[in-house]
Amino acid sequence: MSVMEQDSAGAPARASLMNDPKVRSIFYQLVLVVAVVALGYFIVSNTITNLERQNIASGWGFLENTAGFGTNQSLVEYSETSSYGRALYVGFLNTLLVAAVGIFFATLLGFIIGIARLSNNWVINRLAYCYVELVRNIPLLLQIFFWYFAVLRAIPGKREKWSIFDTFHLNIGGMRLPKPIWEPGSEWVGYALIIGIIASYFVSRWARKRQENTGQQFPVFWSAMGLIVGIPIITYFVTGMPMTLEHPNFVESGPILRQGFELNVGINVIPEFLALTAALSIYTASFIAEIVRAGIQAVSHGQTEAAHALGLRNGPTLRLVIIPQAMRVIIPPLTSQYLNLTKNSSLAVAIAYPDLVSMGGTVLNQTGQAIEIIGIWMAVYLSLSLITSAFMNWYNQRMALVER
Amino acid sequence: MSSTNLFHIRTEEAPHMAAPISTTGIIGWMRQNLFSSISNTVLTIIGILLAYWLIAPLVQFALIDAVWTGQNRDACLPQDGGHSGACWAYVKAYFPQFIYGRYPSEEVWRVNIVYALFLLLLVPLAIPSAPFKRLNAILFLIVFPIIAYYLLTGLVIGDWVVLPIVETAVWGGLLVTLVIAVTGIVASLPLGIALALGRRSKMPIIRTISIVFIEFWRGVPLITVLFMSSVMLPLFLPEGVTFDKLLRVLIGVTLFSAAYMAEVVRGGLQAIPKGQYEGAMALGLRFWPMMYLIVLPQALKLVIPGIVNTFIGLFKDTTLVLIVGMFDLLGQIQSSFTDPTWSTPSQGHTGYLFAAMVFWCFCFGMSRYSIFMENKLHTGHKR
Amino acid sequence: MSKKILPLVLGAAMGVAATTAAGATTLEDVKAKGFIQCGVSQGLPGFSNPDAQGNWTGLDVDLCRAMAAAVFGDASAVKFTPLSAKERFTALQSGEVDVLSRNTTWTMSRDTQLGLNFAGVNYYDGQGFMVRKDLGVTSALELSGASVCTNTGTTTELNVADYFRSNNMPYEIVAFEKADEVVAAYDAGRCDVYTTDASGLYAQRLKLTNPGDHMVLSEIISKEPLGPVVRQGDDEWFNIAKWTLNAMLNAEELGVTSANVDEMKASDNPSVKRLLGAEGAFGEAIGLSNDWAYNIVKNVGNYEESFNANVGPDTPLGISRGVNALWNKGGFMYAPPVR
Repeated sequence: MSVMEQDSAGAPARASLMNDPKVRSIFYQLVLVVAVVALGYFIVSNTITNLERQNIASGWGFLENTAGFGTNQSLVEYSETSSYGRALYVGFLNTLLVAAVGIFFATLLGFIIGIARLSNNWVINRLAYCYVELVRNIPLLLQIFFWYFAVLRAIPGKREKWSIFDTFHLNIGGMRLPKPIWEPGSEWVGYALIIGIIASYFVSRWARKRQENTGQQFPVFWSAMGLIVGIPIITYFVTGMPMTLEHPNFVESGPILRQGFELNVGINVIPEFLALTAALSIYTASFIAEIVRAGIQAVSHGQTEAAHALGLRNGPTLRLVIIPQAMRVIIPPLTSQYLNLTKNSSLAVAIAYPDLVSMGGTVLNQTGQAIEIIGIWMAVYLSLSLITSAFMNWYNQRMALVER
Repeated sequence: MSSTNLFHIRTEEAPHMAAPISTTGIIGWMRQNLFSSISNTVLTIIGILLAYWLIAPLVQFALIDAVWTGQNRDACLPQDGGHSGACWAYVKAYFPQFIYGRYPSEEVWRVNIVYALFLLLLVPLAIPSAPFKRLNAILFLIVFPIIAYYLLTGLVIGDWVVLPIVETAVWGGLLVTLVIAVTGIVASLPLGIALALGRRSKMPIIRTISIVFIEFWRGVPLITVLFMSSVMLPLFLPEGVTFDKLLRVLIGVTLFSAAYMAEVVRGGLQAIPKGQYEGAMALGLRFWPMMYLIVLPQALKLVIPGIVNTFIGLFKDTTLVLIVGMFDLLGQIQSSFTDPTWSTPSQGHTGYLFAAMVFWCFCFGMSRYSIFMENKLHTGHKR
Repeated sequence: MSKKILPLVLGAAMGVAATTAAGATTLEDVKAKGFIQCGVSQGLPGFSNPDAQGNWTGLDVDLCRAMAAAVFGDASAVKFTPLSAKERFTALQSGEVDVLSRNTTWTMSRDTQLGLNFAGVNYYDGQGFMVRKDLGVTSALELSGASVCTNTGTTTELNVADYFRSNNMPYEIVAFEKADEVVAAYDAGRCDVYTTDASGLYAQRLKLTNPGDHMVLSEIISKEPLGPVVRQGDDEWFNIAKWTLNAMLNAEELGVTSANVDEMKASDNPSVKRLLGAEGAFGEAIGLSNDWAYNIVKNVGNYEESFNANVGPDTPLGISRGVNALWNKGGFMYAPPVR
């Protein structure tokens, strides 16, 4: 911090050489490098002495030790006998999961609210406005507490449930879904899905070429959907339906403790995940809505009028003319909102969702390896940020190329 | 004989006819804005239902079922198994703690003076037409922090106790929230400007270091920064040197927000037309005079809304300090939940609702101000 | 703009200067600054809990006050730092606090790998289970398939994993950062079972909507000896912590209370005389004055007084002495003699 100040303070020292901009610039940079290296050395040497003095064993060996604690959500095999390293990996995957699902819903909700903000309908317009102003001016942590503690009290208890079509169930223990059990032969369905995706890629390329050459449109969306959904379904039936659904088992008799949903049958989406996803999506959506509104407003009104003059109706105008142009304005701030959401998912530590920070905190407590754990946290979030922004920059460049 | 005037010229305007009832007034407005088409009507009805469904329970809880007075939990317990409303009596009993934390009650006047001074200096600074801007800014940014520092922490000269020392450990509530947010933003401003200039510098090492610094802090979540400053900072320092806990949090928050501030300032610097730089150089100004006299005054004026928005973000983020064991407003409210005297089912909801209202008022007010400034500043640079 | 940095740098410099200068021993540091910095919990009724005025009370708090009384003769020469479970050890390691008295379980790894020393046990606790009465559960062995709420980062989380695993019972763990969040989630019905140290269960039950609807099961599944912790490598300070606790226990054993300590000073019992400094120079041997134990009992009281005032049967927690009674009354509390 003080480093940056030095290039003004050190300036008048050498008057004769000062007039040569090259020398001056090298001098400034040298000062900065020396200062940064000195600061780094100061920190590292102090840390080493402090660790030695306090007999703290540092190093990465602890990652191999048995963790001994359980978790309520893991995407990979994990038990109390797994290692600390495995526990951190479970936390990392949980972070990715909540970030991915959160980004999906935040984008969906954000676009809906953003477009509603521009609606001619006064009620819808005002509702969207109130939503944005209410949600983005209240701290996220508070909203997470609200979704978890206030909403938790409102849904049915462990021995009751709300059901939709007798397939999806909700109670305080979470949302229960049927779990697909894949049997031998089901790998063909997976291959079929991949083939479908590749085929639809080529179809869309061919369709674009044809439209450019002949002006004839081809229903790309529907044919791609047909390929991606249709081929696997046909394969599924051809291979003799190699999948069964494991439905959640709701026990209604026996001791009261055993009543309710049986553990580990079907998929259970834990309420911590639901609350965190809801809070993250709703909070971030309020920012995305503003970005979308600003993006759409940035497209000049002449574009809308021209599209209308060409005979396009409201829907196609929005979809084909306005949104593609608005996207260029929208994408850079949207990226940073995605990154914010990912970073904000670390607030999971406040409710019992086992994300990277929460699992890491438990490991930190059991082992006392503060530096290593915080290092892992920072490295992981930093890489996630850099990867996301690299991807979005690439995407942004592609979008920007449309401009001639 | 008498010529009959067959044509008629109106010398005065015909009385205005009222527009059809269906296009004016409330009805016309509703027709136009709410029921212009079938889909619009459906949307309107859904919207109204949604609003009712959201607002009714809130009003019921916060106003109709609420308990306004009482001495302890008995007042707020649900009567014969019914639902209980907000327990405002509990907020009233804890109000001083929410505002001052555990600041000794006989010293609270010092906090009040700081609050009053803060408002007194900030309000004229925020109003664009108020006079004495320069003096005001000097008072607010240089004199006020010194006075506030000694007022809040205490002042002892030799053996003469002017103001008794008050440990930062007993600070809490809104006081801590404001101290962290205001210090964070004021301290991060110069650092952010330096980083923004560094990032635009032509010197490769300075630019690289600035970029690494900015991207590092922007890439990690604040919560890990806070963990780092509260857990690791002591390890970075020589033996025996320890920081005050609040100061450690302040350092973490400042570095974190400086990175965001740098990006805001960079936006302002980029918005200054190249001609301004060239003009300044043509006048023979060197780098710092050019920045200080020409570029920064324009750029900073442009980024006032951005700074306010960063401040809003920081203000909301101060709640995270509760996770590292500081008592900001939300932390103080949470810690009051452990008091069995007021423990009721509605205590938590009431506390969170109160916190939400306070944060909302602050943040909404600031965002209005930001929009106001944006509109005011927009005129000069609109193409 | 750079002018703005000035007051902040000034403030920062003041903040650093106000804290301890590097000193040779903890005792010298403490004497130089005039108070003991004591790490406590963020609020556990009966052990360390601030009231509405911000005064800390509790069994763990009394131990810190007793140490202050031993060093300064003044039980108020102590400042409290509330610490989360996560921060507590680094706060002690880095010198932010001088002693950690925060219902911390004495385990081998904490004692040996973290550069810390446990100075004794001021409360023998054990992990228990609390359930709703209407579940009809009478034993912890019936808890198969239950979801369990607990605190993250504590030994309880490990114990419950061991217990369910060794009994081949499936379970779902829901681990929270703060005790208040565990209580709120358990109260909302997220979990069937709330597990933590038995003393904690009694304390937290007070915060439930209907405390009468819940019961603590009789099984205790772990040993949780809670005690004060100091940094390794400073034996003088370690002794002071250790013998402050022992003095409180010995005082109870010898019948010395804060009410009768002045009369007891003239007692004929040589044990009492040695404890209260009328005979021998035991205080000087640990770097304190000889009336150190007199100051502890006079200002804070003996262990029994502290126990009864904070967690005993007449407090809302209503915990009986049980295993925390003195060794000659059927408990585990056994302090080496002063001689």
